Amino acid sequence: MLDFSVVVNRWQDLVYGVGSTLALSCAGIVLALCIGLLGAALQRSSRLIFLVPVRIFVEVIRNTPFLVQIFFLFFALPFIGVRMDPTMTAVIALAINGGAYSIEIIRGGVESIPRGQIEAGAALGLSQFQILGDIVMVPALRAIYPALTSQFILLTLTSSVCSSISANELTHYAQRIESETFRSFEVYFTITGLYLVISWLMMTTLSMLGRRLFSYPNQ
Amino acid sequence: MPTKSKLPTSEGKVLIELKNVDKWYGGFHALKDINLSVRKGEKIVLCGPSGSGKSTLIRCINHLEKIRGGTVTVDGRVMGETAKSVEGVRRDIGMVFQSFNLFPHLRIIDNCSLALRRVKKMPRDEAEKAARKYLDRVHILEQAEKYPAQLSGGQQQRVAIARALCMEPKAMLFDEPTSALDPEMVKEVLDTMIELARDGMTMICVTHEMGFARQVADRVLFMADGEILEEATPQEFFSNPKHERAQAFLGDILGHQ
Ligand SMILES: Nc1ncnc2c1ncn2[C@@H]1O[C@H](COP(=O)(O)OP(=O)(O)OP(=O)(O)O)[C@@H](O)[C@H]1O
Ligand SMILES: [Mg+2]
Repeated sequence: MLDFSVVVNRWQDLVYGVGSTLALSCAGIVLALCIGLLGAALQRSSRLIFLVPVRIFVEVIRNTPFLVQIFFLFFALPFIGVRMDPTMTAVIALAINGGAYSIEIIRGGVESIPRGQIEAGAALGLSQFQILGDIVMVPALRAIYPALTSQFILLTLTSSVCSSISANELTHYAQRIESETFRSFEVYFTITGLYLVISWLMMTTLSMLGRRLFSYPNQ
Repeated sequence: MPTKSKLPTSEGKVLIELKNVDKWYGGFHALKDINLSVRKGEKIVLCGPSGSGKSTLIRCINHLEKIRGGTVTVDGRVMGETAKSVEGVRRDIGMVFQSFNLFPHLRIIDNCSLALRRVKKMPRDEAEKAARKYLDRVHILEQAEKYPAQLSGGQQQRVAIARALCMEPKAMLFDEPTSALDPEMVKEVLDTMIELARDGMTMICVTHEMGFARQVADRVLFMADGEILEEATPQEFFSNPKHERAQAFLGDILGHQ
């Protein structure tokens, strides 16, 4: 018979798991956004020394599995002296993975900005960097915000893969409860529901944020 | 209104000077050995058929286009020698575009004060005060808190003029500022430009508004195929164009007006 009492008894662990997943994902998203903005800015450069590393980074990350990336960070890097705890590794892996996709998405947004906007900024004496930050960034992010939102939800769900290195997050807690209670169905049924809640929370928060940030009227 | 009959005078120092300027787009020779000097306070109208290089010419002045040969000097500074010279010249020269190019995500007041804060490092309250002054000057102060999309085309273009004026430029470049406007809005923008001219601003305007040219221009330059073919006072140019391309051009546009 189904017995959800084991799950209910461990509710503290589950709440902690949800909190950890949210924290892990938010840290990953913020860093991924930074990588995305920086990468997209560097890609506008005409210098190969900026362009080539960004291209290589994007291609490598987008064409290899996330699980392999996180194993590489966790198991391979210690051989060259870089050692991080699992949760730290997970944040960095999510940031790198999400960052590579964000670079491509944000680049699309930047390219959608009419050249006249950039020229108007240049004619006022703003530097390249100021033009990107003050003129291009907000409209570019607005243009690709839906795509960026789904990428970040995906990042949140991908964070469950980080259980493979025992990072602090929901799936990892679920595995622990399951191995102690052998109640696979109850445990995974519950966390499936919890992931749905997490997705919904993320979506709501991001779209509220979007409405706040991009509320200016359309031309 | 009386037409102006001022001839280009030799007084006043040269503010903008183009010497033997050559511009290529790939294999296309867009500007051919252009020489032009504009004195402080002078108003120049640049006209000519589509594709003749008018936009290219004025865009070379503030280095939105890189030239291949010759020099552009603005107020003694040779353009493009260093990154500093480019930034310096751009600060000294305002530009107004055909498509307004206001920043859609910034309120009107922020559109105008952005460069003051970023380029001149002015504190926000001071920058906004300056911005309000120029918005008032183009008679649009009451729209300061709105966003560009909430304004009509003519209002947006006047904001664009105010935005450029905020930087207190030594000269203003206009690239067909009225040709994207509905006819009923052209006048308000031209009136603003005429006021600016009266206040003594140095102006180079690409425009086909011949009434405006008659009223404010000291000189009319006629371009075709990347060359300046004719240079005259508005009266001479309109009553007695010398070059046959200019005659054909005037025939075309006056025929439509
Ligand atoms: N970025 C570019 N790349 C290649 N060719 C260009 C570019 N910009 C302009 N040209 C060409 O240079 C020539 C001059 O263009 P320009 O825009 O200066 O003409 P214009 O006199 O301003 O014309 P219009 O009245 O249509 O605005 C045109 O033949 C145009 O096709
Ligand atoms: Mg043009």
